[in-house]
Amino acid sequence: MSIQFATKRLGKELQKIQNYLPPGIELVSADNFEEWLVDIRVLDENPLYKGQIYRLKFKFSSSYPIEPPEVVFVKLADRPIPMHPHIYSNGIICLDLLGHQGWSPVQNVESVCMSLQSMLTGNTKNERPPGDEEFVRANRLRPNQIDFYYHDNNV
Amino acid sequence: MDSEDDFMSTVSSEDDILPDDSDNDDLSGAEDFDFDDEPDPDLGTHKDAEYRKRVAYDVSFTVWQPQDMQKQQDDLINEVNMILDISKGDAAILLRHFRWNKERLIEDYMDRPRKVLEAAGLAQSAAGPQKLEVIPGFVCDICCEEGEGLQSFAIKCGHRYCVDCYRHYLSQKIREEGEAAHIKCPSDGCNLIIDARSLDLLVTPDLTERYHQLLNRTFVEDKDTLKWCPAPDCQNAIECGVKKKDLDKVVPTVSCLCSHRFCFGCILNDHQPAPCELVKKWLKKCADDSETANWISANTKECPKCNSTIEKNGGCNHMTCRKCKHEFCWMCMGLWSEHGTSWYNCNRFEEKSGTEARDAQAKSRVSLERYLHYYNRYANHEQSARLDKDIYVKTERKMVQLQKESGMSWIEVQYLASASQALQTCRQTLMWTYAFAFYLARNNLTEIFEDNQKDLEMAVEALSEMFEKPVTELADSKLKVVIMDKTSYCNKRRVILLQDTARNLAEGIEWPGTKVSDH
Repeated sequence: MSIQFATKRLGKELQKIQNYLPPGIELVSADNFEEWLVDIRVLDENPLYKGQIYRLKFKFSSSYPIEPPEVVFVKLADRPIPMHPHIYSNGIICLDLLGHQGWSPVQNVESVCMSLQSMLTGNTKNERPPGDEEFVRANRLRPNQIDFYYHDNNV
Repeated sequence: MDSEDDFMSTVSSEDDILPDDSDNDDLSGAEDFDFDDEPDPDLGTHKDAEYRKRVAYDVSFTVWQPQDMQKQQDDLINEVNMILDISKGDAAILLRHFRWNKERLIEDYMDRPRKVLEAAGLAQSAAGPQKLEVIPGFVCDICCEEGEGLQSFAIKCGHRYCVDCYRHYLSQKIREEGEAAHIKCPSDGCNLIIDARSLDLLVTPDLTERYHQLLNRTFVEDKDTLKWCPAPDCQNAIECGVKKKDLDKVVPTVSCLCSHRFCFGCILNDHQPAPCELVKKWLKKCADDSETANWISANTKECPKCNSTIEKNGGCNHMTCRKCKHEFCWMCMGLWSEHGTSWYNCNRFEEKSGTEARDAQAKSRVSLERYLHYYNRYANHEQSARLDKDIYVKTERKMVQLQKESGMSWIEVQYLASASQALQTCRQTLMWTYAFAFYLARNNLTEIFEDNQKDLEMAVEALSEMFEKPVTELADSKLKVVIMDKTSYCNKRRVILLQDTARNLAEGIEWPGTKVSDH
């Protein structure tokens, strides 16, 4: 797969993003076509996330958008990892959309951000996934190599 | 076909050594009749169908080569294509959706065609076959490319993407994710499956081979009666009708054209006469450290007061526990103070205080010895079987040498090859008889089994010895007769043992030990 393929598509996405992004999504940096940083926040009054801003890191392979990007939350002094039963405390997100099975090449950075926004908005549980501590300590795999078992379709 | 030749030769040799030929013919007649009674609707027409069930322990099976599988798939597709009047591409998808169960597909389709099509990812088709198109003003949602002359493609759902992206998408699915029969439309949430005709149109030549390989794979994996031959690089599959629930009654050993013999139930190497469940248990037992625990309990004792584990590495029987300072006698485990003046000479065997501790230890010691008895013999045959493979190579060399020196023809030295073959097969069986025997309780059936085992063991060792002889002696025609005799005796003993066990298993005669969990 040529690197050009991903570059071309990301170039087009960037053009569009720089013109317009939906509310609550803000591009922080896109200096190359390998790694982008985006800030998101939840728009409604959900007390779990109110007033917080979260930092997302997108990593693109040369097969993007055929392959899904690697998307994680990044922890900074003013950017916590959102509390959610599908988000591990190290920022790894368990979302079928980001796995090979659930990904579709028509998805893009914007649509992923919006999906994550709505994933947070809809959540009421102030908890981490089961086995979070063990996972965070033991996991050495890249996020998209982890075989998540999407057992819960409600959250 | 090779398989037929193979089949004929093995059967005839087995016939030779069976005690009663007429009995055997009766049996095979009955089996054939059974088969006619309930032919497999999909596969009965297969030209290669050989029904080998001759002796009680044998199961019937068929070897499928890649071209057979292709042909079978084509035949089924053609049939459905004619009966249901749908295109071949759709027929193939429907068959895969129904796991190649043609009858169910036809029945369901007759009842509710629309529902079946939807479930299989085939929306009702209105237009003709899909083709590459250039549509003015088209923008590809994947690469965001637009432009004049951009070729695009869509399956029946109408989600249209440029050919380049489509090909990237397919190559990712086929090459990296190993998918073929169930690739969905790239659009998000669209479950329509890309049909074989569209794939043929889009898949680039460098992927076609892999793609067809994957399709064939689903054919085998979708059918419970088909399994891949596990030998490395072997592309054949074996068909066998033995059901999973019958695995406690039969040991379905099958043999591929590549000469690999394995159990259809669990894919492990041939493990007759032991049933799969028992084999699993045995292998687990050999692999885990339950025997380490057994060693500890057989070779150490626990302090009767604080239960610390103590291994006695010398010295007298007067033990003082390092931890709790309890004093006791190593022999009888009783209080040392009770020993009175008979220092260092425990003669208090009947004393109550030590009986329980002794009993427990004696038990685990016996159990360990028992396990080691069977394990040593099992492991010994496993190793010998490995060495036998070397012997076979040497034998081939010997045969060439023999031909040169004695002027014998190739055919005339074949007896050595069959002797070596017999040796390997019998050893394999023998190996598993020891795992089997470990789980048997002592009764008459077990004694008969062990007699059979002993006879086979002796026959195998006698034959094995023959291979130690120098080539010059092998040229002697008398020795040739001896080897041939021993070979056929070995085979005969094996058949008797397997038949006897298989009969008892099939009749559900309870081998008391097989139900008892050991540990």
